[in-house]
Amino acid sequence: MTARDEVSRLVREALGPPRRTPVPVPRGYLTRLTGPEAATRADVVALFTERVAALGVAVRHVGGDELATAVAAVLWGWEAKRIVVPSDLPFGWLAELDGVRALADSPVLDVSTLAGADGTVTGCAVAVAQTGTVVLDGGRAQGRRALALVPDRHLCVVHADQIVGVVPEAVRRLDPALPQTWISGPPSAPSSGGPPPHGPRTLEMLVVDD
Amino acid sequence: MRVALFVACVDDAMFPGTGRAVTSLLERLGHEVVFPAGQTCCGQLHWTTGYRREAAGLARRFTGVFADAGTIVTPSASCAAAVRSSYRSMARAADDPDLERAAAGLEVYELTEFLVDVLGVTDVGARFPHRVAYQPTCHASRALGVGDRPLRLLRAVKGLDLVELPAAGECCGFGGAFAVKNADVSVAMVADKVRHVRDTGADVLCALDNACLAHIGGALSRLRAGVRVAHLAEILASTGEGA
Amino acid sequence: MSLREGEAGAHVPDPSERDPDASGGSGGSGAPADSGGSAVPGGSGGSGGPGGPGGVVGPGSSAGSGGFGVGTLLRLVSGQQGSAARGRGPDGKPALPRFAEAAREALADAGARHDLAESAGLARDRLAAATGEPSDWEELRAAGAAIRDRALLDLGAHLEAFERAVTDAGGTVHWARTASDARRIVASLVREGGEVAVADGPVLREVRLADALAEQGISACDAGGPEGRDRVRAARVAVTGADFLVADSGTVVLLEADGAARACLTLAEKLVCVAGMDRAVPDWTDLEVLLQLLPRAAGGQRLSPQVSAWTGVVPGDGPSEVHVVLVDNGRTRILGDDVGREALRCIGCGACSAVCPVYERVGDHPYDPRGTGPSGPIGAVWTPLARGVDRAQTASLPFASTLCGACAEVCPVKIDIPGLLVHLRGEVVDARRNRPVPTPELAVMRGLAWTMADARRFEAAVGRGSRWARLVARGGRIRRLPGLLGRWTEARDLAAPPAESFRVWWRRREAARRRLR
Repeated sequence: MTARDEVSRLVREALGPPRRTPVPVPRGYLTRLTGPEAATRADVVALFTERVAALGVAVRHVGGDELATAVAAVLWGWEAKRIVVPSDLPFGWLAELDGVRALADSPVLDVSTLAGADGTVTGCAVAVAQTGTVVLDGGRAQGRRALALVPDRHLCVVHADQIVGVVPEAVRRLDPALPQTWISGPPSAPSSGGPPPHGPRTLEMLVVDD
Repeated sequence: MRVALFVACVDDAMFPGTGRAVTSLLERLGHEVVFPAGQTCCGQLHWTTGYRREAAGLARRFTGVFADAGTIVTPSASCAAAVRSSYRSMARAADDPDLERAAAGLEVYELTEFLVDVLGVTDVGARFPHRVAYQPTCHASRALGVGDRPLRLLRAVKGLDLVELPAAGECCGFGGAFAVKNADVSVAMVADKVRHVRDTGADVLCALDNACLAHIGGALSRLRAGVRVAHLAEILASTGEGA
Repeated sequence: MSLREGEAGAHVPDPSERDPDASGGSGGSGAPADSGGSAVPGGSGGSGGPGGPGGVVGPGSSAGSGGFGVGTLLRLVSGQQGSAARGRGPDGKPALPRFAEAAREALADAGARHDLAESAGLARDRLAAATGEPSDWEELRAAGAAIRDRALLDLGAHLEAFERAVTDAGGTVHWARTASDARRIVASLVREGGEVAVADGPVLREVRLADALAEQGISACDAGGPEGRDRVRAARVAVTGADFLVADSGTVVLLEADGAARACLTLAEKLVCVAGMDRAVPDWTDLEVLLQLLPRAAGGQRLSPQVSAWTGVVPGDGPSEVHVVLVDNGRTRILGDDVGREALRCIGCGACSAVCPVYERVGDHPYDPRGTGPSGPIGAVWTPLARGVDRAQTASLPFASTLCGACAEVCPVKIDIPGLLVHLRGEVVDARRNRPVPTPELAVMRGLAWTMADARRFEAAVGRGSRWARLVARGGRIRRLPGLLGRWTEARDLAAPPAESFRVWWRRREAARRRLR
């Protein structure tokens, strides 16, 4: 008998005959932001900004036509010379770069190249106001997971219409078949002290008010 | 109205003043108190110590003694919680639907619930000129959910100076058999409770469970802390200076 | 009176208590009616004193002989008390210390106690803030409990669905019946890959993966450690735990603070993910509840800094080989307990420990001397459910609680931990009922129940007990008691019982009233 068969048998014995109806789940929890603080879209976006900032993330609002300048300004602040970006990052985002070389992840960059870069720029799939979270799922402008993990600085561009109020809205927008990384602020320092060993220690965001 | 008094076995044997206080309080408020003579123990100690069979036997006995008692009032919050919620678990563990039905048919109130919810009184005409702290015992606050009823009753007592107990919601460490099976932890817990009680400057610590009070009071007594313990019923029954 | 000194740890063990699983087995005679007399312990309260009120009269005795004495109780229960001498467990290994013994040692470490109390205070404040914030916290808890029950009550189907989905996504699912099976499976998967990056977590500690890798000579690095950064980047093989397994999609979900697991599951070529098989959830949308409950209950955060969710092999992104090891290791045993299976709802947040007044004072070790299982209140139910209660250590855990209920109040999936502790206490007692000679405690509790089964017996016993206790009292206080109850009077006085019980007073009053009428 295989281990699988044995465990399956133990589960059957433990539970008896299969149930005809599954346990009902009371879903009385909130599936959107409520209350006066979230009356309008602008309120939801403002809450996102507030929560992200509270997590130690530098965040700025920019208009769509200011984005390229704002990206260049962040990279200038990092004194970045070389960054890595997803191969499908919109070209316009990097249009104002001056003296910064952007390496697209195509062909695939190796880990040492990622590690040697001064930072990365990505978009996101969805963002959650209540928790100050951005979610990357490998979709447009996000690239593979290593791009937002290995470089020590991460600039994430969030379009205002990607911001939802609460976690259930984000979960419902996402496809579990895609690899997801939910990022709520920079990684915490380990309890043993010292800097966090993984993930960009600097996280910045630009919220594009379209 | 007519009230059947349920006195916990520990209160009966060790703290008869509490039952006497409930009797005089309810009679003072114009109600008739009866004491069903067949009552002994609700079975809580057996149940919480793992003696399910014995507990179920005592529960059956209790439901029989009080079957036709109508409104039942007890000054013991933990026993009220046992009858009201543990009896269901006992019945299920013993596969005894008759017991579950009998338990569901009982109308048991802890004293402060009865005063505030059923009688609708908070000022019971008591006078107790002392500085008093209230310990919300775990069964009173979590298992029964008496909430602020005891505090509302205490605030209406003339002459009483109610002081807030720091970290009041933390267990005193009694826990029935825990107090002896895990005596070291129990004592460490009561040491902190006693420290908080002394910090209040209270003369009297009150609660709705005499067993917890015996534990805290025993530690206060050992330390000669000058704080005495009293069941809340005894404060509510008091009308004079000398209580 | 011959009473022992009060300092902790001075208890002289009785030979009969050395093997707690046999307590009562070497002492009493066969008959419940007098087992007390021969269960007198050698070291403490049995000598002299409180013998007056007479021996145990069990259920089989005639009612007329009048019940149950305090002195007997003292002698009897003292036979149950813990001792430093430890026997061997059923497996022949030295038995682990019972909770009370290990707790005594933990309490003696004043520095550790201070740290524990301080961190407990901070954890409680964070927990209260994080769970107090959402207006729908109670609705989330109700949903979380139901989601977990829904998963557990149909666990076989959910695990099979999970396996199909993972396989369809290019991954491989392995099944491990025991911790050693899990160790063997993981070791065989990682053996040829050079240094292994390990993102430590509860399930990896549970199966003692680090020991297994060391025994096999497999080099491993702690991905969360100070050197983790470069070594994880160099490692071809990585091992992580998992928080949730989504059955309908085959998705593994992992929440963390520091990104160690995220690095492992992103950078390795071959990923081995070890998961408790209880962590299945039916649908992806169930995560909308659990992703709110777990972080808030665990660390007081709105959401963990890093959450990873992945399904099998993702072409062009991350590991090209993905394995998920589903660990039973006692979980099916828990599942088979109709009452106890509620413990499997646990999502590992640790909130019950954060609010537990017992845990605050003794820490992890007394619950979990081997460092492999959950500790705190959930550990006190999980371990005996998963391992059984035939060992002294596991049998002591259900009693390691005052049943104060603080844990149940905060549990994000509404596990009734006090209810489960009481259930397990019943299992411990029932397991000992079958012994040829009853444990002393059983004799006491039976005797008490028998006494309480009749109001006159009860009254007579109270009368005798009070008379005796009043003899012991000085100035209205009892400062020393023998036997197990001496554990009470080590630090607490006992008020002397009154001369008149309530029921005697009541009867006297009724008689006086009748005369007046």
